[in-house]
Formats: sequence, structure tokens, C-alpha cells
Amino acid sequence: MIKHLLSGADLDAETATLILDTAAEMATLAGREVKKLPTLRGRTVVNLFYEDSTRTRISFEAAAKRLSADVINFSAKGSSVSKGESLKDTALTLQAMGADAVVIRHPASGAPHRLANWIDGSVVNAGDGTHEHPTQALLDAYTMRSRLGRLAGLHVAVVGDVLHSRVARSNVLLLSTLGAKVTLVGPPTLIPVDIATALAPGVQVSYDLDAVLPTADVVMMLRVQRERMADSYFPSAREYARRYGLDAPRMRRLAEHAIVMHPGPMNRGMEIAAEVADSPRSTIVEQVANGVSVRMAVLYLLLGGRGAGAAQ
Amino acid sequence: MAYPQAAQPAVASPPPAKVILTSADLHRVVDRIAHQILEKTQGADRTVLLGIPTRGVPLARRLADRIRTFEGVEVPVGVLDITLYRDDLRLRATRAVGHTEVPSGGIDGQRVVLVDDVLFSGRTVRAALDALSDLGRPSSVQLAVLVDRGHRELPIRADYVGKNIPTSLTESVKVTLAESDGADEVKLIGGAAQ
Amino acid sequence: MSSYLIRGVRVLGREWTDLLLRDGVVAETGPGLDPSGAQVIEADGLVALPGLVDLHTHLREPGREDAETVETGSRAAALGGYTAVCAMANTSPVADTAGVVEQVWRLGREAGLVDVQPIGAVTVGLAGERLAELGAMAASAAAVRIFSDDGFCVADPRLMRRALEYVKAFDGIIAQHAEEPRLTEGAQMHEGEVSTRLGLTGWPAVAEEAIIARDVLLAEHVGSRVHVCHLSTAGSVDIVRQAKARGVRVTAEVTPHHLLLTDELAASYDPVFKVNPPLRTAADVTALRAALAEGVIDIVATDHAPHAVEDKECEWAYARPGMVGLETALSVVLSTGALHRDGEPDWDLIAERMSRAPARIAGLAAHGHDPAPGAPANLTLVDPAARRVVDPGELASRSRNTPYAGTELPGRIVATFLHGRPTVLDGKAVK
Repeated sequence: MIKHLLSGADLDAETATLILDTAAEMATLAGREVKKLPTLRGRTVVNLFYEDSTRTRISFEAAAKRLSADVINFSAKGSSVSKGESLKDTALTLQAMGADAVVIRHPASGAPHRLANWIDGSVVNAGDGTHEHPTQALLDAYTMRSRLGRLAGLHVAVVGDVLHSRVARSNVLLLSTLGAKVTLVGPPTLIPVDIATALAPGVQVSYDLDAVLPTADVVMMLRVQRERMADSYFPSAREYARRYGLDAPRMRRLAEHAIVMHPGPMNRGMEIAAEVADSPRSTIVEQVANGVSVRMAVLYLLLGGRGAGAAQ
Repeated sequence: MAYPQAAQPAVASPPPAKVILTSADLHRVVDRIAHQILEKTQGADRTVLLGIPTRGVPLARRLADRIRTFEGVEVPVGVLDITLYRDDLRLRATRAVGHTEVPSGGIDGQRVVLVDDVLFSGRTVRAALDALSDLGRPSSVQLAVLVDRGHRELPIRADYVGKNIPTSLTESVKVTLAESDGADEVKLIGGAAQ
Repeated sequence: MSSYLIRGVRVLGREWTDLLLRDGVVAETGPGLDPSGAQVIEADGLVALPGLVDLHTHLREPGREDAETVETGSRAAALGGYTAVCAMANTSPVADTAGVVEQVWRLGREAGLVDVQPIGAVTVGLAGERLAELGAMAASAAAVRIFSDDGFCVADPRLMRRALEYVKAFDGIIAQHAEEPRLTEGAQMHEGEVSTRLGLTGWPAVAEEAIIARDVLLAEHVGSRVHVCHLSTAGSVDIVRQAKARGVRVTAEVTPHHLLLTDELAASYDPVFKVNPPLRTAADVTALRAALAEGVIDIVATDHAPHAVEDKECEWAYARPGMVGLETALSVVLSTGALHRDGEPDWDLIAERMSRAPARIAGLAAHGHDPAPGAPANLTLVDPAARRVVDPGELASRSRNTPYAGTELPGRIVATFLHGRPTVLDGKAVK
């Protein structure tokens, strides 16, 4: 097993599959009366959050607690570089506290990579800037696999603000590793340069959502922030919704088995219509539940042994 | 699976191995344990067999099969993976988690017979008891093992023992089964050179 | 004044000779000079170059003396073989008045390790809104001739036109940091495959090229000189080549790091590789090397940019851009092979790109002269056979932000002479 989980690129197919399989075992816990395991008793997991993200923090917290780890929540939001403690000083503090793992959410891309240089424990990237969010990609892959039975050969359309999306980057990396075919869809202003070659071979780009929908097994809608309008990425929310929003008529273009995903939080009426979000195709609630199982699997595989090494 | 693994002696040549149970012996032992279970459980009434991976699982299936043959009784068989309950996780690289499978009737109020291949320190069984209590509340728990090699580190004993094999800590007991290893045999490996 | 006899040196790599330095000038040259009364410096195997001239140095004083001072930066320069550096104006306070440029000039004289030639700001406070008192700075004791808002672009085209025109009165030159600010808002690294992968906001090549294209047209229109700071893209090379072919009076510099390093290094997220303009692609590096050899790019300039530890030991996005470079510049240029001919360093070309041409552009009359009788004794001795591993802890600069830590580089500065006096001997600063 790897020591840190910083990027979807840290996972080869074997390790990613091991995490998904382990998550499936962890998921059986949800149906039990006793939802707690003694596995990580005595281990300390720090949730170091420089951005508000209640859902991600709670998900990691539940995962760590179900494995009996001690959880310390360290909310560093508001401590700007100028007046607050530097990331390095915070790292030294966490090191002194004996953190076995630090789960970090940070507005700056690469902050988890920096942190990993400064502490001995494992670092889990819970979202860094506009870079990556690997556990989100794992839970998305887990959700697709449980709904559709496989990942290899699936056609996944990732739709929206790819440029600013850490979810998109991690998903492209992981899904490509696991044999799915990815098409990125959005206005050209929100598709990053050289994306087709930057992350994984075979990634397709389309500016036409309607053309992609009929062949998609999975449509993953990304959150689009209304502020992007001010930066001229698109003219108006209305035009965006009309061209790239998933509404009921568009949903009917999907194959019978196709599912609709969203990492949340949703902008209903912007990138996704309410009737789509609440339809049986939508996996949005499952994604939340699966998040805990996947994060349990990640924490177990990072912390459940002597240190970094291959799972037997 | 012997647990913890006995230290291997530091010799260059392959350690001497002695066959303790042949295939025929092993079948006789399983038959006997099946009879004993029937006897001590009043015909396997309200009884569930839970195999502990890896080799406890095929052993549990064989026991259920013999019980069916002897008395026509269908005993539910399940799998109890104890990885997440082990007390030695930090001593080794991360282990892959196995699959736990509780029979559809559950274990509440049932007599659970845990099945494993080798009983050694008792720590595996301790972990299994912890795992079991998180799954439900059996009316009682018994333990069946193919080999008891001694050296207990916890106050644990087996209800059904195929064979007691006094061993030295420098020796190890190697169980192979047709289902997992291609052939049935129990060997004693290592120890002082003759 | 004491005199020095440099014995057995190869001037610009030619046949060996002796050099006698006396009264601040090269008094005599030729084999077998009489050593009596002079301190003898054995220079067997060494190459003599005119003292290097850096057109682009950040000395940080006044304002950020924790990162560098005129004295520590001067010492770093001398150890890198430099005898003159042009100190950029983005200090605190900004060098936008005669008072500040004279202060920097005086600090340089007091340190006495290199000639420090202050650069003046083009606009008040580098704010890009109104012209600083360029004439006052030109008339000051510092005799400023180069003006630059480096760190910021003079983005307003009308203001840039005025600046280009205004400095003609005293033969000044505007050195432009070419970066269209609206195209680089929040930019962290070169925009391309790597920035997409790393999720860092891109700094597109076109943001540099658009300004260079505009500025060469402006310079042509008003008949002024313009100098392009730290040119970094293949596209910029093409624009400068075309402008020169049309007769536009444009000169351009490239930094050692843009000749060697690429944007792939950002993958570590270690801000020691964060610099502005950002490290570009391997294709850009190839184009820059060729352009430097060809002369489309006139000079190498370090953009030596010292930063305190806390400004680099942090998240990439929060780190300040820049690298120290004075002490490694010649070695890095040698390692690129950009100025080699037939696999060997072309010392005459190196002298042109790193000493003579920058001295000409900056109007530094005492610098950029090959060691010959009567020439000012500003020169440096290089051991081309030596190799060294860069250890940030051994740098004379007050800052440690070198991207070459642990890298083995060719060449070593053995001695440097400023106005006939040694500033470096045996590879060590004399004071």
C-alpha cells in the first residue's frame, strides 16, 4: 500500500481495486447493529481543514471513528498566510502530537504534497485547490461499480467546470486507470488546455452535451459556481443551464441503464434540474453513504499496518 | 493458519519436514470431529459453523458435508474474517481484508462453532470472539481445530481437536487442503536438526 | 596601489599569456612578464573573461534586508564572476526617486565588491499610473540609464509610449517585464499540460508575447530603444527576430534558469521552482538556447531574486516567485551548452553575451572590455575543468532559494578583479 493518498495518479489498478473491494467489506458494517471496528484503536487521525467542507469532514470523521481511531478536528479556516500560522509550523505541531494520518483540505493546489514533506504520518488529500480530490473519485468509482457492476469499458461523461474541478481531475485519472472511457463536456472556456494529453491517454473532449448523452453509461455533473460568470467563462446562468445543464428532456436521451452523479453540493436549476437530481437514476444520496465506506478503506489501508507496504 | 508464525530457524538448507497427518488421517479426523459436534450439540440443533479464513473455511464446509452425510442435517456455514480485529496489525504490512459471510439465519441465539486449522497462541480465536460479538449474540460459542500445537498466550481451549501435536516454538505446523492447496496433509516443519 | 601578475592564463580561451594589473587597468600583457613588485597569481588552466555584467539583479535593499543586502548580493555577484550588476527598482521604498537610487548606488560603493548600477522605476511606486521622475534619476549621482517596473509590466500602452519617448532625452532605455496582467491573474506557472495536471492557474506564453509584440511596435513608432527582460518563450524569440530584422532597436535577455529548467519541475509543488516568468516547456528551452547563440537574444541576465525562507517554505500559490542566480549563472550557461562551439565553450561568445553586450546596453563604460593593455582591470578567472555540487548553505547570498541544490554543475570562478583589486581569490570572497 502507498504511504500517502495525494492524487488519483498514486493508485495503480491493483491498489485502486483493493480499495474498492475493501470498501465493499466496510459497507457491510452499515447494516450491522454495531457499526464500529476496533481496527485503528490508538491511532490518531487529524482532519486539517483550511476550507469549509462539512460533508467531507464529517465523512472522514465518521470513517475514522468507525475504525476506532482518535479524531482531532483542526479547522484552520481564516488563518491566512499573513496573520496565521504557516502550514509548515502547523505540520510540526501535528507531528509533535503524533498524528498517524492527516486529512487535509486546502484552497492551494499541492498543499498536501508540501505537508507530506514535513510530517512522518500519512497524508490524505481531501481536496486541494483546483487540483485533486482522490477519495471523491474513489467513491464515485465505487458507486458506478455497485450500480453498473463494472468499470472497465464504461463511458463516463464529466460535465461542467472541468477547469476549476478537483473532482474532474481525480476522476479522469482513476477512471482511466480502471479502464473506463472519459469524455469531458463543457464550454471551451471551462475545459483546461491540453487536457486530452495532460492526465491520461484517450480522454475525449466535447462541447456538445446532447451528442454525448446517448452513449454515456454515467453522467457526472460538476458544480458550476455562478461567480464564474463575472470572469466571462460564460454569459449567464440561463445560457449555461440551456447548453450544459442536465434537465428532464436531456435525461431522456440517456440509455435505460445510465446513471446520473453529482459530487455535491448541487446548484439545482443550474447544472442539474430538480427532477433529475431526485430521479431513480440519480446516485447522489448513495454517493454520500459510499463516501464513508471508501474513506474507511483508505484509512485502513494507509494505517492498518506497520507502515507503507503492499497489502498481503 | 498458524498464528503468529513461529520463527524459522536460520539455516541455509531447507528445514526438515515431518508428515503428521496424511490425507487419509485428515479425513478420519474430520469425520470424528463431525461426529463429536453432532453428539455435543444434540444433532447440530440451532448450530452454525463459521470458518476462519483461510483454511478454516473449507474445513467448516467439510464438517457440514460430513454432518449432512451422517445424519441428513443441513448445518449453515459462514465465513468470519478477523483481519480488522487482529491485535498485531502494526507488526506487519497492511493485510487485505477478507469477506465475512454470515448465514442468512444470522447467529443470534445460535450455537456457533468456530472452525480453524491450527490452534496456537489463541489470539486468532480472541479476535474471532470480538468479531462475533459485533455481529450478534450467539447462545454459545465453541471451537473446532484440526491441530492444537500448544503454546497458548490466552486462556482459550478448543472444544473439538483433531490432533494434539506438541511442538517447539522453532517449529511450524503446515496444513494443506485440497480446496486451497491441491492436497490434504499436515506437516511439522523445522526444529532442531536430527 | 598594489599590482597583480596573473600568470599563464588563457584570455577568452586563447593562447596562454600573463596579465599585469596596475592602477586599476591592465598594464601589460604577454608571456613571461616581470613579476617583481606584483602579487603573482598562478592561473595555469584558467580562462580570463571580462568581468561579467548582470543587467537584472534584485538586491532587496532597502526594505527586505532579511532576504538580501547590497553587500551580500554584491559578494554573491563577485563569486559568480560579476564586476557590475544593475539593481532592480522594486525595493521598499521603490527606487523611483533620485534619493533611493543614490542610496543604492552609495551602498554599492561602500560594499566595493561590484559596481552597483541602480535601475530606476518607470512609474511611481511601480503602480503603472504615472511616470516617475526619470530625468532626476538620470541626473543623480547614480546616473540611471535603465528604467524598469520589473515585477510588474508597464501595461498601459500610452504610458509605455510616453516612457519610451521621454528617456530619449538622456539616452535611457526601458526594460520591460513583459506580462499582460489581465491574462495572468492568479497565474502560478506556465499554462500547458503540466499546469492542467497540477491544477495550478496557467501563465500563458501569449501574455508575454502580446506585450513584446506591442512594445517593439511602439519602440519602432517612436524610434526608441526597448529592452525585453527575461524573455522566456519560443514565440517571443520569433517576435524579437522579426523586429530586429526590421531594424527595431530592441534588445533581449534570457535567464540561466530559462535556459536549463522546464515546467515539469513544478510537479514537486516546491516553490523553489516558482519564478516569473514561469519555467516553460522543453521546446521553449531549445528555442531560447538557439536564439542566444544566434544573437536574437543579446544577453544572459540572472534575475537573481533572493527570498526569505518563509516566502518559499509554504504552499506554491502563496510563495513569492524568483530564484537566486548570481553564483551559478556562468556554470548553468556552461551546462546548457548553448554557447559551445564544436563541443567546447566558445569563450568569446560567452564574453559577448555575459559581459560586453550587457555593458553596452547599460552604458557601463568601465565594463565589458577584454583584458588588453589599457583596459579597465575588471575581469574574472574561470576554471572550466572544475565541477561542483551546489550547496545552498554555502551560498554567499543571504537567501537559499536556488533551484540547483544538489546539482553538479561545470566551471568555477577562481578569482574576480574589480578595478584592479581582487574581490575573489581562490574561489573565496576577499571581504
